[in-house]
Amino acid sequence: MSHTLAEHQPGFVPTADPSVKIAVKGLDFYYGDFQALTDITCDIKDNSVTAFIGPSGCGKSTFLRCFNRMNDLIIGTKVEGLITLDGQDIYAPGVDPVDLRRRIGMIFQQPNPFPMSIYDNVAYGPRLHGMKKKAELDEVVETSLKRANLWKEVKDILGRGGLTLSGGQQQRLCIARVLAVQPDVLLMDEPCSAIDPTSVQKIEDLMAELKSSVTIIIVTHNMQQAARVSDETAFFLQEVMGEPAMLVEFGRTADIFTSPKDKRTEDYITGRFG
Amino acid sequence: MRDMKRITNALALAVFWIAGLTTVVVLGAVILYVFVNGIGHLNLAFIFTKPHGVNAEGGIWPMIVSTLYVTGLAMVIVTPIAVLAAVYLAEYAVQGRLVRIIRFAADTLAGVPSIVMGLFGLALFVEGMGFGFSVLSGALALSFLMLPIVMRTTEEAIRAVPKFIRWGSYGLGATKWQTVSRIVLPAAMPRIITGLILATGRAVGETAVVIFTMGTMINTPLFPSDPGRSMTVHLYQMAMEGINLPAAFGTALLLMVMILFFNLSARWLLRRNRRMQG
Repeated sequence: MSHTLAEHQPGFVPTADPSVKIAVKGLDFYYGDFQALTDITCDIKDNSVTAFIGPSGCGKSTFLRCFNRMNDLIIGTKVEGLITLDGQDIYAPGVDPVDLRRRIGMIFQQPNPFPMSIYDNVAYGPRLHGMKKKAELDEVVETSLKRANLWKEVKDILGRGGLTLSGGQQQRLCIARVLAVQPDVLLMDEPCSAIDPTSVQKIEDLMAELKSSVTIIIVTHNMQQAARVSDETAFFLQEVMGEPAMLVEFGRTADIFTSPKDKRTEDYITGRFG
Repeated sequence: MRDMKRITNALALAVFWIAGLTTVVVLGAVILYVFVNGIGHLNLAFIFTKPHGVNAEGGIWPMIVSTLYVTGLAMVIVTPIAVLAAVYLAEYAVQGRLVRIIRFAADTLAGVPSIVMGLFGLALFVEGMGFGFSVLSGALALSFLMLPIVMRTTEEAIRAVPKFIRWGSYGLGATKWQTVSRIVLPAAMPRIITGLILATGRAVGETAVVIFTMGTMINTPLFPSDPGRSMTVHLYQMAMEGINLPAAFGTALLLMVMILFFNLSARWLLRRNRRMQG
């Protein structure tokens, strides 16, 4: 991993704007020899929902996984450029991706409860990080399930397997599981694409409630969803096959959807391609 | 023309059906033959008493104990090694040449004729290490036979745990070891145990290895250093030396019941697990 910008500014990189939670500067991303993203620069605002939109294969999910260094798990990937979380370079030497992932939670496209009880699913994170007392765990499990709007449905069946729930409930269980470790940032990688419409509604409502305490970044294929849930929108595009994708336009969601500055954004949101 | 097609179709179906039926008939014939010949001999006294007299009348208790003892000990030896090796192969090793070599070696080892493994056990454990004809020698040699089977089934079980479940764990700030020990291994456990049970079934039915390493002495072993005679070896001697054919069939029937029990419990475990997750 190389850190072109970070090398001469090890660790702390002050940002002018305190409302910026995550700042990205000149980010390039490689899968082996293939460059997937080029020169991405954007600021993610605190306590807001930011949507990443764009056609399939435009690197939105890849970019999302840069924020919690999930890409580190894929052999041969390389990040260049700078990403800061609260002013701290997350790719600086000495930053432990394991600690980072605790602060930056992630929800996946496929609901992925562990094959254990609902209670144990939510208690998994706190237990990982050393919480042992039953009373404390009970408290965290209840609070997290409440925050994920799932408590009412599962409070009497906490001992039942997480996989027995419906798809939409499973996704909210996964959200509760992430909330239990109290992250600052929640990354959602197409969280609604594998679940039924009623559950989608519930998860969108949940995002609106959560953003007062958590910064949310959501990758979505669904432009209506982006328009409904997000405050800011970033449009990504890979113009030529085999060339890296780039950030075409980034701004307030209302602006992007009503008066996009870039012709390509306009073409995409009006459904001319993608 | 259309008739031709229909006839060909019917013929093909008949051929497949007969082929399938043959398998069932062969299995049925073997079971029935052993059952009919053995059931008359199978009773509590046969199971729980020692043989006596020149023609080994009486029961086969020492052989049952020897068989279960040597198999159990082999399992105790093989499980940790095989599971740890499988975890390394599936989770930690850089997937490259070395891993391919290890996997190929395991598959080849699984295909080594058991009598060769017996000879090897005789040379290494009985003679070389001086363990003599004993349960310990037998268990060590058997564990060589079981190792590749258990390792490969465990590796498959670990690989079958979906990637996105691991991601969920990593995403919560789990280390690799936390993810492997708290999520992957428990999720893979039913299939790991199934592999173990099937390997145990094979070990119980193994003859060549134990005859070379545990010996043929009729003895109820207490310590691992004691010799013993497995049920399969007993069966071989009763039948081939014409000593006591009914006892041979009784032993054969009991062996089959034991192996059937192992296979059924493996199936039951897998099913129960599928229900719990579904």
